[in-house]
Amino acid sequence: MDSLARIFRAASGQVLASLVYFSRDIQLAEDALQDACEQASKKWPVQGVPENTAAWLHLVAKRKLIDKLRQQHSRQNQHKLRLIEESLYTLSDTSAETDYAVPDERLRLIFTCCHPALNEAAQVALTLRTLCGLDVREIARAYLLSEAAIGQRITRAKKKIKDAGISYEIPDAEHLNIRLPSVLKVIYLIYNESYSAYEGQSLTRQDLADEAIRLSLAMVKLIPHPEVLGLAALMLFHDARRLSRSSVIEPYIPLEQQNRRLWDLAKIAQGDAYINQAMEYKQPGPYQVQAAISALHSKAKIWDVTDWPQIQLLYMSLYQIHPSPVIALNLAIAKANGGHLTKAYADVVALSNELHQYQPYHAARGELEGRLNLYKEAISSISGAISLSKNSTERDFLIKKREKLIKYV
Amino acid sequence: MQFLALIYAGENQDDVDMETLIAQYQVFDGQAGGAGVLLGGNALEAVSTATSVRVRGGTFELTDGPFAETKEQLGGYYLLDCKDLDEALGWAAKIPSARYGTIEVRPVMVFDQ
Repeated sequence: MDSLARIFRAASGQVLASLVYFSRDIQLAEDALQDACEQASKKWPVQGVPENTAAWLHLVAKRKLIDKLRQQHSRQNQHKLRLIEESLYTLSDTSAETDYAVPDERLRLIFTCCHPALNEAAQVALTLRTLCGLDVREIARAYLLSEAAIGQRITRAKKKIKDAGISYEIPDAEHLNIRLPSVLKVIYLIYNESYSAYEGQSLTRQDLADEAIRLSLAMVKLIPHPEVLGLAALMLFHDARRLSRSSVIEPYIPLEQQNRRLWDLAKIAQGDAYINQAMEYKQPGPYQVQAAISALHSKAKIWDVTDWPQIQLLYMSLYQIHPSPVIALNLAIAKANGGHLTKAYADVVALSNELHQYQPYHAARGELEGRLNLYKEAISSISGAISLSKNSTERDFLIKKREKLIKYV
Repeated sequence: MQFLALIYAGENQDDVDMETLIAQYQVFDGQAGGAGVLLGGNALEAVSTATSVRVRGGTFELTDGPFAETKEQLGGYYLLDCKDLDEALGWAAKIPSARYGTIEVRPVMVFDQ
């Protein structure tokens, strides 16, 4: 990506959100911003890049928006035009004309893009497009889908927002708890997509992780809700381990074997600050609990000193919030790592019916069977995990693990 | 904005007796009417009374029965006047049949002159 494109992307979410505030039409706002970027591409290389690029783009895009609204000849647009024009006149000092703080309406935009009346895939694509400024081609590449499919998904979502009466508002206190989870889920889905590595796609995918973190940090500033802080902390803790998760020789390194000196201490400290701030609200939620678990891993200097009893307690409270067999599995693994191997194995076996299609179940079960010297069973479980595995990095890791087990039989 | 709330539910699958259900609908009518969002609404006779009409190639065709045979059938509707989708969804959730059936909320199309 060249430097201009980088500047455009950095500013686009906030500028677009403000333009949608005026136009109440995402497509029209995008077109206006696109025109402003084109103008910048012509002018900046000649006149120099302005100091406040966001304000420059915002101002030019607002003028473009006025033109577009006038062209529509709709009576409904009179009010919108008045609002934009008023916002232009408030900038009395001409020297400050392109140096002002662009009003931050990104919360309105993200609550609109992640409205539960849109399906989840549409929420994700629209959020990446509007808030993160990714283009259709980039989103298509990241999700291994055709540009046509992503384009259609985004167009449909925009049309539904416009026609179905989805408002451009931040939900009030009463509705916030219904609406916030879908926003957080979209951000976390974007982050997790970066995680499930596909061959040859690692670079694009890291972009997704960065975008998700950038969005969550913006959210933290705009809405200091404990779960918003919890999600930001959770992703920061995970991201702090980015460099240690793979190496030139090993494409996948599990937490247990990671070189902890490669962990990013600044990110861990930032995550810590957020999770502590979140806990002051005394309103626990799933993201905060997961972040707290991740914090404990981050604090352990070596795997052997991980605070397993505390992690077990946290998984228990997570299970209370959201009873699911996957959380029960994680609880059992924490129990096993804490030294209660036999009991943990019984718990894992009991989950067999519910999780027999879940790849990590078989991998975890095989791991425990290996530790219990049940090598034949372990080989069979790892083979099950291999057959359910969807990416080659993971599969290679499991095949190596199975080879080691076969030596014991 | 006007929204039509279409009430779909299995016939005779109410979770309470008819009298209680009617009383609950009266409460809803009172609340929505009092809030000024209720523009109209009706309950429909059972789907067994439905007749479907088509005109194909100039020929008038009648079928005994609804447009589509489904487990949940259109049993009534409300026309609501709300500021946005969220408000309309909020009222839809208060319709008594939402507890066991499904309320489909659709904006009424506006033709810009």
